[in-house]
Amino acid sequence: MNELLLSLADDELVIGWRDSEWTGIAPLLEEDVAFSSIAQNEIGHARAVYELLADDADALAFDRPLEEYRCAPLVELRLLDWAHTIARRWLYEQADELRISALMQDDDARVAGLAAKINREEAYHRMHAELWRERLAETPQFRTAVAELWPHALGVLPAEQRGALAARVELEEVDPVERGTHSAELAELWEEMTMVRRSAPAGAQW
Amino acid sequence: MVTAEQVWAALDGIPDPEIPVVSLVDLGVIRSVDVRAGHVHVELTPTFLGCPALEAMKRALEETVSALGAAPEVEVIQDDSWSTDRITPAGREKLRAAGFAPPAPREASAPTLVQLQASVHRCPYCSSTKTRLENIFGPTPCRSLRYCESCRQPFEQFKTI
Repeated sequence: MNELLLSLADDELVIGWRDSEWTGIAPLLEEDVAFSSIAQNEIGHARAVYELLADDADALAFDRPLEEYRCAPLVELRLLDWAHTIARRWLYEQADELRISALMQDDDARVAGLAAKINREEAYHRMHAELWRERLAETPQFRTAVAELWPHALGVLPAEQRGALAARVELEEVDPVERGTHSAELAELWEEMTMVRRSAPAGAQW
Repeated sequence: MVTAEQVWAALDGIPDPEIPVVSLVDLGVIRSVDVRAGHVHVELTPTFLGCPALEAMKRALEETVSALGAAPEVEVIQDDSWSTDRITPAGREKLRAAGFAPPAPREASAPTLVQLQASVHRCPYCSSTKTRLENIFGPTPCRSLRYCESCRQPFEQFKTI
């Protein structure tokens, strides 16, 4: 299986779940709406990529043991304050644009076509993140959040794309928090995310 | 034996599950119809990848083709071939009449914030261009919220995809 695509799909699935956690409790009603739509898009992207990789997207999304997920530590974090949430959205979209742009040039036409479609939708996530970054940029809470999450953001991308990320967000490259190990927070999320399928009787139809 | 024209006409009777004033044909999500020996192959392109209406659209297409006495094969195409530019002129007018501002034309590259804020968006109620962006996201991922400063009416603007 294509590791790069599986990483991308797992990132999108897990950040979609994390974004959806603001539904109903965001600080502004408009953000309730925005985060719900963003989460829906991200999970839709995950599904489309899983469908490229396997016949049963749901099985790939929900029937794997925890250690087989390839998501980056950045998306796993359960962030409870707004500055960190926005810092992650901004850093994640900046990194995501670089890898999606690279996939738009992929030799496999199905991968390139899907990447182009995803990029059209992500453009609105980037705008949303940019508007919030402009509002929060000068606050100490946001600066602290960016500094804390920056090593995690680098870990979203393969090594050869990290320099480009550092240049576009104007931060120095540091030691990244790499993919491959999972936080305890992901274990909790996995329990929640897979519970319905695990508890269903064998042969259940949805 | 059913013809492609008959299939297109029948599909034009299927309302969009979320905005039933337009049909799936108006929306431009039917990429092709191919009739071969009693089988009807339909290519369907999703609007947004996470659109929850996709399954409903697929089922409606299958039922409509079956009702014509042919065997349906609906294939979902997940590439960049659907764009809001594919919404037909009739579809755009139906959207506007229902209070949804039709999408602006697509540019070669994905839109940026600067373009979104600078481009002209017309109020579907009074046609004024004195409108402002309220929220990039709206009741569904395919729409934004804008406010008309002339007639003081909030309205939904289709995103350009």
